Amino acid sequence: MEPLDLDLDENELELPSEPMHLNMGPSHPAMHGTVRIVLELSGETIVKSDVQIGYLHRGFEKMCERGTWTQVFPYVDRLNYVSPMLNNVGYALAVEKLCDVQVPDRCQWYRMILGELARISDHLTCNGAMAMELGAFTPFLWYIKAREMVWDILEEETGARLTHSFGRIGGMAAPPTPALKDMCREALPAILKLVEEGEGMLLKNRIFIDRLENIGKISGPEAIALSWTGPCLRSTGVAYDVRKAHPYLKYDEVDFDVPVGTCGDNMDRFLVRLGELRQSARIILQACERMADDGPVNVDDPRIVLPPKQDVYTTIEGTIQHFKLVMEGAKVPKGEVYSYTEGGNGELGFYLVSDGTGTPWRVRIRPPCFPITQGLSDLINGAMLSDIVPTFGSLNMIGGECDH
Amino acid sequence: MSVRALEALKSKFGDAVIETHSDFGDDTAVVRAESWKEICRFLRDDPAMAFDMLVDLCGVDYPDRVPRFEVVLHLYSISKRHRLRLKARVGDAEGDGAEIDSVAHIWIGSNWFERETYDLMGISFKGHPDLRRILMYPEFEGHPLRKDYPANKTQPLVPYRTEAEAGLPLEKLAPFGIDEGMPFGRKVWRTERGES
Repeated sequence: MEPLDLDLDENELELPSEPMHLNMGPSHPAMHGTVRIVLELSGETIVKSDVQIGYLHRGFEKMCERGTWTQVFPYVDRLNYVSPMLNNVGYALAVEKLCDVQVPDRCQWYRMILGELARISDHLTCNGAMAMELGAFTPFLWYIKAREMVWDILEEETGARLTHSFGRIGGMAAPPTPALKDMCREALPAILKLVEEGEGMLLKNRIFIDRLENIGKISGPEAIALSWTGPCLRSTGVAYDVRKAHPYLKYDEVDFDVPVGTCGDNMDRFLVRLGELRQSARIILQACERMADDGPVNVDDPRIVLPPKQDVYTTIEGTIQHFKLVMEGAKVPKGEVYSYTEGGNGELGFYLVSDGTGTPWRVRIRPPCFPITQGLSDLINGAMLSDIVPTFGSLNMIGGECDH
Repeated sequence: MSVRALEALKSKFGDAVIETHSDFGDDTAVVRAESWKEICRFLRDDPAMAFDMLVDLCGVDYPDRVPRFEVVLHLYSISKRHRLRLKARVGDAEGDGAEIDSVAHIWIGSNWFERETYDLMGISFKGHPDLRRILMYPEFEGHPLRKDYPANKTQPLVPYRTEAEAGLPLEKLAPFGIDEGMPFGRKVWRTERGES
C-alpha cells in the first residue's frame, strides 16, 4: 500500500468536516440503466444531488428525420425496450392522427392486447428489478419467469421477443395468429399466480417493507408540477390515466380500474404497478372476448398500407405501389400533431411535424421517464445513501427513453 | 373544450397572440416571444385555465423562415382535462438571438425540458436556474437537432487533462472534480409549485 500523502509537519491533522462527494454511476451495480448521480454527503445523509443523464443518447430524433415515416418504428422499439409494443402503438396512432385514418376494430383490439401484454412485461421488470436490487433475488426470478410467458406470446405473434417493430401506419405488420386468444387465456392465470407468489414473498418481508415505506415520498401537487405521469403520479393519489381521461383505441369500452396510491412513497409505486398489472390482465381477457376472429386488420388505403405480396409479384399496380411506399414512404399530410397514449411509465407523447413528404420534418417524443428522472433529485435529498437504490428502482427509469 | 382557452387568450392578450388554430383537434396559439412568461403565468394561475401540468417543451427548426425556431409548449390541466399548445417564434436566419424567457419558475418540470431544448436546438432560456447541456457532454460543439447540423458530422476528441491544467500529478486526481457537473455553486432556487 502507498503511504498517505500527508505532510504532518506542515498541516495539522484534523477531523474531516467537509461534506463528502460521491460519484454514483454511470454504471453502478445496484442501479439499472446508465445514469450518474453526483452526491454531496454528510455522513450517510444526502445533502445535495445532481442527476446526470445522456449516457444512452443515440440521436433518436435526428435519425427519424432521415428515413421514411415507417422506418421510425424500429427506433421507437428501442426507446422503452421493456415495453416496445406500447411505443409502436403510440407512434402508429400519432401518424394515423396526422393522416386522419382510423384502423379497423379488429386491429384496435389487437393493439390493445399486445400493448397491455407489453405493460405487464414492463411492470414485472420494474418491480422485479427493484426487488433484486434490494437483495431479493428469488422474486425477481419469479417475475422474470412470468415475463418470459408474456414474451412467448409476443414472440408467437410478432416473431421477435424484445424489439418487435410490429406496428405499421394504418395497421399492423401481420394479422393476429389463430392461437392468440388461447395463448392469452392460458398464460394470464399462470402469470398472475407467479405475481402473487412473488408478492407474497416480498410484502411479508420486514426488510423489504422497511426499505420502501415512507421513503422517497412526493405529494400529488409536487408530482404534477414536476410533469410526472403514469404509475408514479398515480401513486400520489392523482388518478390521471390517459386510458381513462382521454380514451383511445377501445379503452372506453372495456371495464378496468385505475389503482392509485395514497402517499407517493416507494411502496405505493410498487403496489400501483402490481395493481395495474392485474388490470391489464383484465383488459386483455375482455379484448380477447371482443376481438373478431376475422376481418381486416389494415386500413384499406393504398397510399399508406403496403399491398399484399401476392399483388406485388403479379400485378404492375401492386409493384408500383410497393415501390413507391418503400422508396419514398407514405405521404403524410402537411401539419403538426400531438398524440399521447399511456406508455409503461406514463404519458408517452409524440409531437410530429410533417412537411407533406415521405420523411418526417420533426419527430419529437415526450418520454415519460424524462420528467420522472428529473424529480429523483428532490426525492433523495435529505434521505440516506442506501435509499437511492429503492427510490431509483421504483421510478423505473429506462435509459433508452429518457436519453432519447 | 380549450377553444375557450384560445378565446380567453385572444381577448386578454390581444396583439400578443399572433394566430390560433385547432387543426387535428389540437388547439394551438402562436404568441409573441416577449409575452411568453406572462401568458404562461396567466394560463397556470387563472382558475378557468388551470393548466397545472407542463406536458412537453421542445423546439422545431424551420431554416427557411424568420424567425427560425419555434418553441413548442404542450400544457394539460388535470382538473379541467383540457390541453393547449403554445408556440413562440425566435431566432434569426443564422440561428443567433434565439432566446426566450424560461418558465422554470412557473412549472418546475420545465427545467430539464428547457435544458434539453437548449442542448439539442440551441435556444437559450433567460432566467433558467441551471442552463447546462443535459444529453450531450459539455465539450460538444454545435446543436445536433438543428437542420444545418449534418447527421453524419463527427465531433473532435476531447483531449485528456494535462498535469499543468490539473495542477497536480494525474494519478493523484480524484475521478471527478469537486464541482464537476454540480450546480452547488449556483443559486439555490425553489420556485412556487403549481397548485392542483
